[in-house]
Amino acid sequence: MTQIFAYIPFQNGVAEDVAMEFPTAAAKIDKGASLTAVLTGSGADLDKVAKEMTGLYAEVIKIDHADLAYPNAEVVRKALLNTIPAGAIVLMPHNTFGMDLAPGLSVKMNAAYAADIVNFDGMEGATLKASRQELGGAVSTHVAVDVSSGAIITIRPGSFAAVDGKTASGAVVDKSSNAGDLSAKRKFIEVVQAEVGDVDITKADVLVSIGRGIEEQENIEIAEELAKAMKTVVSCSRPIVDAKWLEKGRQVGTSGKTVKPKVYMAMGISGSFQHLGGLKGNPFIVAVNKNPKAPIFQVADVGIVANIIEFMPELTSAINDL
Amino acid sequence: MEILVCVKRVPDTAENEFELNSAGNDLDRGDLVYSVNEWDNYAVEEAIQIVDKVGGNVTVITVGDSESEEVLRREMAMGANNGILLSDDAFEGSDGKGIATILKAEIEKGKYDLIFTGAQADEGAGQVGGMLAAMLDMPYASLVNKIEMGEGKIKVGREIEGGNQEMNEIALPCVLSIQTGINEPRYVGIRGIRKVASVEIPVKSASDLGLAAGSVGKAGAKTKRIDYFVPDMGAGAEMLAGSTDEIIAKLIEKLKSKGGL
Repeated sequence: MTQIFAYIPFQNGVAEDVAMEFPTAAAKIDKGASLTAVLTGSGADLDKVAKEMTGLYAEVIKIDHADLAYPNAEVVRKALLNTIPAGAIVLMPHNTFGMDLAPGLSVKMNAAYAADIVNFDGMEGATLKASRQELGGAVSTHVAVDVSSGAIITIRPGSFAAVDGKTASGAVVDKSSNAGDLSAKRKFIEVVQAEVGDVDITKADVLVSIGRGIEEQENIEIAEELAKAMKTVVSCSRPIVDAKWLEKGRQVGTSGKTVKPKVYMAMGISGSFQHLGGLKGNPFIVAVNKNPKAPIFQVADVGIVANIIEFMPELTSAINDL
Repeated sequence: MEILVCVKRVPDTAENEFELNSAGNDLDRGDLVYSVNEWDNYAVEEAIQIVDKVGGNVTVITVGDSESEEVLRREMAMGANNGILLSDDAFEGSDGKGIATILKAEIEKGKYDLIFTGAQADEGAGQVGGMLAAMLDMPYASLVNKIEMGEGKIKVGREIEGGNQEMNEIALPCVLSIQTGINEPRYVGIRGIRKVASVEIPVKSASDLGLAAGSVGKAGAKTKRIDYFVPDMGAGAEMLAGSTDEIIAKLIEKLKSKGGL
């Protein structure tokens, strides 16, 4: 029987949403598989989340150790290696923690690695078929994963339906004594919180958001004028912050701010999943992009194929004339 | 400080509109424009800045065919001192672990204090750095957006969710995957490329590296791409067409009804 383990990340005693998505993903891999949740951490937070997980998972393993209080990937890897049997399939999220942990874990477990999976298309023998994206979401591919000696698989958060309510009545198994030697060459120091800028994009009902399509720093003024006409502020996607044209506090995305506007004007933004991950509350999305194949058009409500440098001033003056 | 930076030649997402071929199982690669993986430029820039401060050498390395030499030369034009091309028909079809295995074989022949990769490349897996570190038994940090040098150890910042930064102390030697935004990669002009045009770049094959057939390449791959496809994404956006004036009139009506104006 296929054994699947799901690593449950949590913060401040709250499991990440992906914890509710793993059961759906596991069932798509193999309906008959056993599914076990694994949590590492320390103290009351760990106990609270482990207990909650018994409502979703038939078995919940917890590993409690002071060195696991913060999820340092090197330390977590050691704890998992001593706990998860060879040949198992291990699921974790494709986020900044999963990307830190999963590749190395797959080497140490001599298992296949499949990253950022958005769907599973069934198992034939020991070959698991899965779907993912390449080239920043511009194309989709199927991959065949040989799981005969196990597999570490990161799934894209939000890609699998969350299971509702209580679907299991499992028990917590304490495997803390298995943790073993947790000494590490990488030591966690602290988390530095993001700076708060002079503009708070998280409170805006409307956002004029710019991406690579703005082309040059001087052109940001064009977006500022549109934002002024729409009585709001300018936010942006990652490349604008990387280029230091706007401060980090303006960035929408998983590595930036989470925003909940009513209307989101995606101007010259291709629409990577990391960017869309910061967009919540189902806003009305207007996408303007000169590339008719930009992924943003698949999620937007209204799309316009145009160069934003020419389009935005026209829209601004039309709004100002109202 | 000896720093190795692993780079990759990839289809340029800013310069291409990707189409499937007529059989629908691969990209139409006829007119694709290739360039250095964007993340790798940040990794090379960071390496050069460190060496400028503390001394040492920057070596750039890639696994690829003869066309990959151009990306090594570009990074050498930025200021990397040496280039190494790992190239063999036997490497074709390697998965992430295959690539890491090939790189490891060369890395073990040298002595590096720091090994950088880009945080991810065209396939978006972000896997080679972490695998390489595990194979070399070196510590690893991914998505690094800050490096402070110290004696025998360094402080690194990792980009984590919400724009926050996770600070760690790591013993040398180590492997780091570098995130965009850590620095501002320098511009490379035609003159820079010309200056390194005749520098010799050693090419190493599977036998040079002592790699057994079947340990890398398609035969050794546990994760294989089967095909490309167009996912069913539902209806998608309502595309507004017409003259600019017509489009703007329609858009303004919609913005009014949705609370945008």
